[in-house]
Amino acid sequence: MATTEEIRADLADIVNEVAGVDADDVQLDKSFVDDLDVDSLSMVEVVVAAEEKFGVTIPDDEVKNLKTVGDAVAFIERSQG
Amino acid sequence: MPSTRIVVTGLGATSPVGGDVATTWQAMLSGTSGIARLEDEWAETLPVKIGGRVAVEPSEVLDRVKARRLDRSSQFAMVAADQAWADAGLEGSGLEPERLAVAVASGIGGVTTLLANYDALLEKGPRRVSPLAVPMLMPNAPAANVSLKYGARAAVHAPTSACASGNEAIAMAIDLIRLGRADVVLAGGTEAAIHPLPMAAFANMMALSKTGSEEGGDPTRVSRPWDVARDGFVLGEGGAVLVLESEEHARARGAKIYAEVLGAGISNDAHDIAQPDPEGRGGTRAIRMALREGDVDPATVVHVNAHATSTPKGDIAEGLMLHAVLGEHVDRCVVTSTKSMTGHLLGGAGALEAVATVMALHDRVSPPTINLDDKDPEVDLDIPTSRRDLPEGDIVGLNNSFGFGGANVAVAFGSVTGSTK
Repeated sequence: MATTEEIRADLADIVNEVAGVDADDVQLDKSFVDDLDVDSLSMVEVVVAAEEKFGVTIPDDEVKNLKTVGDAVAFIERSQG
Repeated sequence: MPSTRIVVTGLGATSPVGGDVATTWQAMLSGTSGIARLEDEWAETLPVKIGGRVAVEPSEVLDRVKARRLDRSSQFAMVAADQAWADAGLEGSGLEPERLAVAVASGIGGVTTLLANYDALLEKGPRRVSPLAVPMLMPNAPAANVSLKYGARAAVHAPTSACASGNEAIAMAIDLIRLGRADVVLAGGTEAAIHPLPMAAFANMMALSKTGSEEGGDPTRVSRPWDVARDGFVLGEGGAVLVLESEEHARARGAKIYAEVLGAGISNDAHDIAQPDPEGRGGTRAIRMALREGDVDPATVVHVNAHATSTPKGDIAEGLMLHAVLGEHVDRCVVTSTKSMTGHLLGGAGALEAVATVMALHDRVSPPTINLDDKDPEVDLDIPTSRRDLPEGDIVGLNNSFGFGGANVAVAFGSVTGSTK
């Protein structure tokens, strides 16, 4: 079972790859849109890459609720659990 | 046609022989081939294993995050447009966005993006298809991306006429300026089709040469326009962009001027979807039209950058066209095919060869045609195998492109007084 920090770090790598955001900036309290400047198409790419990486499904309806990195990490933890 | 004079004020290119115009041009003058055995694993499964990859990967030049949202064809266009924009000194020039247009063509569009996403669809399902797939693969993406970067609001065009596309974009730029729709146009073409599917398709239609792919073969010797042993083209990749500008606008801002754009001719064969008219009648009309539009005396046409792709029929037809239009003056015309060095860039070819034509007039020297060991007796043209100086005075250079589908495009450029080497 991956720890919260492990999930955050892996997600940070994905956000870095897709949007060029420094992985160290991808912290739990950061908003994808307001803090990290991840636009809507990039967010779809992050979601798809995260599904593949973590072996989870993130429905389109759920994506709008994932405002912060912490929201996404928590969703992934719940889905994996 | 109104007589707005048009000039070339900036050049950009990334090609199999160089990552910029200066390197590409010097390589062309010295007769350097950019063709090599492809290092891609898939190439081993194909009958043709050679091609002209760009000399400098766009990933070495472009920002990584921006580049991953661009098909390779758009990446080449961006690299070339960035160079051309900087070369023309347009940054901070006060050019109004509503007076800046883009005409950047590709022959096939984002074919590698399309096929990579199809692979993802088959292997991993629809969820793995990139949300960026369509804006990346659409054939107008290179033009659109260039327009976004430079805020071009006059127009954005992407003519598609296969291997004539790049030259048609330049012809379109001439129209945009002459019709008063823009003062400056970023015009060019790009292609990134070195992928097993298009290569297999071109090979199966007998368009690509299968020579030089054997173990120990020499890929640099395969593209041999007008040589008796020519047996098809070699696929290249890359892009080129020229800054076309009304002379009035260029003079007002004190821009350096490489050459004048005199006129363009466009015609169609309506003969066959892939074969050229064996008598070159359509091409003849296009060349004649370009000279007429530019009010060019055929005696001043001293240089032609030919389409000549190294195919048996096309190379001969182009010789017939030049004889038909130039008559006795063809004897004083130095003809070259830079495809002997770069391979065939399809939708990028007309643009890269326009850059070469402009540089030839500017430096008053023609690049050679390499690999022409034994000229086809059916071709009666002066085709030097090493660089050849062009005369002083007002001289004209022609750039020809012909595409699958039947399109013929010729563009005439003129030297600018004072441009000597």
